[in-house]
Amino acid sequence: MIEIQGLTKSFNGHKVLDNLNLTIDKGQTCVIIGRSGCGKSVLLKHIVGILKPDSGRILIDGKDITVLRDKELDELRMKMGMVFQGGALFDSLTVGENVGFEFIEHRKLDPRELLEIIEEALCMVGLCGIENLMPSELSGGMKKRVALARAICMKPEIIFYDEPTTGVDPITADSINELIRSLHDKIKVTSIAVTHDMKSAYRIADKIAMLYQGRIIAEGSSDEIQNTQHPVVYQFINGLAQGPITETLEQFR
Amino acid sequence: MVKLFINIGNKVLSFLYLMGGLSNLAFQSFYWTFAGPHKKQRILEQAQKAGVESLPIISLVALFIGVIMALQTAYQMQRLGSEMYIASIVALSLVRELGPVIASLVVAGRVGAAITAEIGSMQVTEQIDALQTLATNPIRYLVVPRLLALSIMLPILTLYADVIGIFGGYLICVHKLGISSSMYLNITFDSLLFKDLFSGLIKTIFFGMIIAFVSCYHGFNVEGGAEGVGRATTRSVVTSFIFIISADCFFTALFYFIFP
Repeated sequence: MIEIQGLTKSFNGHKVLDNLNLTIDKGQTCVIIGRSGCGKSVLLKHIVGILKPDSGRILIDGKDITVLRDKELDELRMKMGMVFQGGALFDSLTVGENVGFEFIEHRKLDPRELLEIIEEALCMVGLCGIENLMPSELSGGMKKRVALARAICMKPEIIFYDEPTTGVDPITADSINELIRSLHDKIKVTSIAVTHDMKSAYRIADKIAMLYQGRIIAEGSSDEIQNTQHPVVYQFINGLAQGPITETLEQFR
Repeated sequence: MVKLFINIGNKVLSFLYLMGGLSNLAFQSFYWTFAGPHKKQRILEQAQKAGVESLPIISLVALFIGVIMALQTAYQMQRLGSEMYIASIVALSLVRELGPVIASLVVAGRVGAAITAEIGSMQVTEQIDALQTLATNPIRYLVVPRLLALSIMLPILTLYADVIGIFGGYLICVHKLGISSSMYLNITFDSLLFKDLFSGLIKTIFFGMIIAFVSCYHGFNVEGGAEGVGRATTRSVVTSFIFIISADCFFTALFYFIFP
């Protein structure tokens, strides 16, 4: 279970996260929606411990990760996987070395066993037999799927997705959604995805939370969010140019 | 007037930030260097990039510097009628000063820039964050191999530059100024003491560390995409040059007083 309590973070005096609270149950897929630049990725980076909050706590299975020592944090990270927006594959390594990175760095395995694990992870994302290619030879959608293979290679308990379907064609996007869904069903991972692609959000989410002005302003199941009365959420999920979100922006100008 | 003070204040602040950041990076890098274990493969790869691949450019620069030194010294020594001393002046200036500085500046420009650009691009494309989520410390994975490779390879490159530079001086003296080959070599080896070689090489270990820390630091702190990588690379090379020259001044003074 992941509990976020009173998370606050400012950059250069600008409050990006403001006393944010959110709870995600074990095995649940939670989608965090919000406009570009509203702090969704920042929130994700706090949960994996890359960024440290100004105040607030993040409890993963009861452990506050904001105060963990590096070594304990790394142990916890072995049970997490993260898929970055652009894939963030290491371009000096082959696809296979990317996917097996954690095994190569942290476990001593014999090469044949390692190869099998890499092959299995790649086949799971529908990319069998490409382990000897370099990331620069892949298309954007393939990079994303390799990144997903890298994230699931260690059989993590929690997976984070930063915009999993942004920048890929609709068919790839749907296959990624399906993959996320099947990981949820088959190996019961807890997932947190950040996106502004509503179609994808409805497909994969057990729970949707909307981040606005540094706080979670609404949360609920896909149906609850789709039938919301909240004017801000309504404007966002229906993609309307007129509404409370854009009006506040007008006020700032 | 107020603006002037604000400008000065900002410059001082950014310098302090740089020093703070560098010290922090240096501290963590030393910690991980001594904590070990290290993957030999990764250090060798960096040593190959930093050392072996720098040999051609170092050969070229060192050879020309040797030739230039010999010609410039000859110009002065011929007036005094003491061409004999050309060999010892060339050898001493190269081994004590020019070899280390030339090798370090070439490596800072060639290797330091590449390190900043590489780490900077990794930062921009979130690869550094990815390393962290894969339970790998970026300093341990990226900085330590480069630090070790640079501080081992730079003394070796310097020694090589010394030899090539002296060879450049030899070419001019023996073939143009009519000094006999055996005399040139004799004077060279007679004038060189162990402390000259030692003081020349020991400082390059520190220059290697400076290049590693400065270039990695600027790489990690890239902001703003491709343009940011370009800016950081320039800044990295300029900062390395300044630090190397200042450190060299310090070491020269230090050795001057310790081994008079």
